Amino acid sequence: MFGTQLIDDYARQIADEKQASVLNGSAAGTEKRYQVLHQDYAQPDELRHLAGSIKDHTLHHLGDYLTQAENSLTQRGVHVHFAETDEDARQTILTILRQHQVSRLTKSKSMAAEEIHLNPFLIENGVECLESDLGEFIIQLDDDIPSHIVKPIIHKNRRGIANSFLREGVAEDYNDDPQTITRRARIFLRKKYMDAQACITGANVLCADSGRLDIVTNEGNSRFGMAPAPLHIALVGIEKLIPSEADLAVFLNLLGRSATGQQLTVYTEFINGPRSANQPDGPEHMHVVFLDNGRSSVLASNCREILRCIRCGACQNVCPIYRQASGHAYRSPYGGPIGAVLSPLLFGDRFPEFADLPKASTLCGACHEVCPVNIPIPDLLLRLRDKAKREAVPSPAAIPMAPFALLATSPNLWRSAMSMSKAMNHLPLDVAPIKPLQDWLGQRTLPPSKGGDFRKWMKTRRKPQH
Amino acid sequence: MSRAAIFRKISAATAALKIKAPRPEYDASITHSTPKLAGSNLLEIFSRNLAEVNGRTLLSVAELVEFLTKSGQLRGYCDPLLYERIGAPLAAAGLTVETTYEPARYDDYQFGITRASGAIAESGTLILDDEHTSRRLAALSPWVHVALLDRAAIHRTISDALAALGNSPNIIWVTGPSKTADVEGILIEGVHGPGEQIALVL
Ligand code: SF4
Repeated sequence: MFGTQLIDDYARQIADEKQASVLNGSAAGTEKRYQVLHQDYAQPDELRHLAGSIKDHTLHHLGDYLTQAENSLTQRGVHVHFAETDEDARQTILTILRQHQVSRLTKSKSMAAEEIHLNPFLIENGVECLESDLGEFIIQLDDDIPSHIVKPIIHKNRRGIANSFLREGVAEDYNDDPQTITRRARIFLRKKYMDAQACITGANVLCADSGRLDIVTNEGNSRFGMAPAPLHIALVGIEKLIPSEADLAVFLNLLGRSATGQQLTVYTEFINGPRSANQPDGPEHMHVVFLDNGRSSVLASNCREILRCIRCGACQNVCPIYRQASGHAYRSPYGGPIGAVLSPLLFGDRFPEFADLPKASTLCGACHEVCPVNIPIPDLLLRLRDKAKREAVPSPAAIPMAPFALLATSPNLWRSAMSMSKAMNHLPLDVAPIKPLQDWLGQRTLPPSKGGDFRKWMKTRRKPQH
Repeated sequence: MSRAAIFRKISAATAALKIKAPRPEYDASITHSTPKLAGSNLLEIFSRNLAEVNGRTLLSVAELVEFLTKSGQLRGYCDPLLYERIGAPLAAAGLTVETTYEPARYDDYQFGITRASGAIAESGTLILDDEHTSRRLAALSPWVHVALLDRAAIHRTISDALAALGNSPNIIWVTGPSKTADVEGILIEGVHGPGEQIALVL
């Protein structure tokens, strides 16, 4: 079947080194998750099923819970915004930053921010936007994109990182000892935290009853980013809600174990307002931007179960295709089984572009088994295959693979191709000799390519201005 | 604009549902990990679980002096409210103890002593909230964070701690030292926050 070929082909082209990194990293993740979950719970499946039904309940009553969350936050002095599209979200955030005259900030890892390409947008608009999670920081230095939801640099090894540090001036000499790499990042980033005028985060969960955002990190980057910054902006997908704080016991226990094999992530922060008056550290202003960007359409679809996802990455780790092909093969910030379902749905008006992803699965069912919110991913993949058939999306069968192979061997080209705004310029789809696809492509008015690259920006910044 | 449009779409999507999932009823005990909770003494359970994530429990100021001296962490910050109990004995033992934290000198403090508002035995977690932490930064920038914990404030389970979360706009649960496994899956501690997390129970 040719449907899997885009991903297969990518898998064949990636460097052995990269493939080994992904394979080792994801296999270790799967193993650790299994051990910890089964060691700590006699019946971990009960907890997974419960989590799934709490999420289903919330999603089926999303309007009510979202209103409740909005009210709780507003009452506590948090400014609440709603963004229907990615562009709305970017503009909303930029407007807040301009109101506060922010020109430099740190950002704690957020998949929602990846999804809306917030970083390049802010940098292009003159805001220094530095990723503070170690992995994301390295991704930013390399002008790369994350290949895993939880472990963004699962595809990299220490030698590559040491070279990047040297090349970008984070370190003065080459040293690939992981401890040294980490210490160097520590020194580099704390200066930035102290100097930042704002901190942007995502949220792992949001409790409707108290409005409490829950943000988890192992490194402490979100905590450090927020401590000296006067402004906190959280970008939160509307599907992140759960009814109450009490339900957090279910989700926190599952999230850490599923994502990294930890009972709890090291720093679990609960925030529902600006800092209190007697606390000298922490933001005086807090904004929450609720992001739809296709989620409400997913809610209306027959694949709404995917909105339960808590972005733990367990389905990526366990997936044989992800392990071979890496997250980059999926052409969106969401790789692996979650991406194969989410991308075609979330970027709904571009469904044909991602319609091949649901075919790239052996339907082995492992992703469903590990999912902490019990999402029947294989069923959803089948429903999406069906949708592609019904909507007569052209099969990419006749697409010439040569340009694709070229993309796969060049990280920068690949990155460009993957970036949403540039995808259609680079993916070989536009040369596909398929009438319906070309018709479809012909109708697309693509946003102008937005190439605000951190690297370019950092290089210009580092040049002495005299 | 966006708000109305989003709510309209959500209403349309949920109104079309034939069956709406009810809110599941469950007992919080489903979230409890029996092996993690083994034992009857909360402090012991807490210490064991904290040790599992490479944190330490110290039971006297003398132990703290020994730890800081041996590890060469000789200069730091102490919450002024704790100075008499902890700061002064450290100073008497030759350590440099400051009771103001100056953000500009964030790297000068090798240790930071602040209060914990509670703890969780099940996970070895320390709870800090804005009311009980003199400065967030003082618990974050030093290599060693020492949290003074009152043993009566230890919750048995994660669900107990959530039920008592309180009203502070900012609460953080700290479960061990700051860490990463981003580079080839190798565990490194002390990424942005402390490399040593200590619970001091007097
Ligand atoms: S789909 Fe399930 S397993 Fe995959 S990232 Fe989401 S929550 Fe985790």
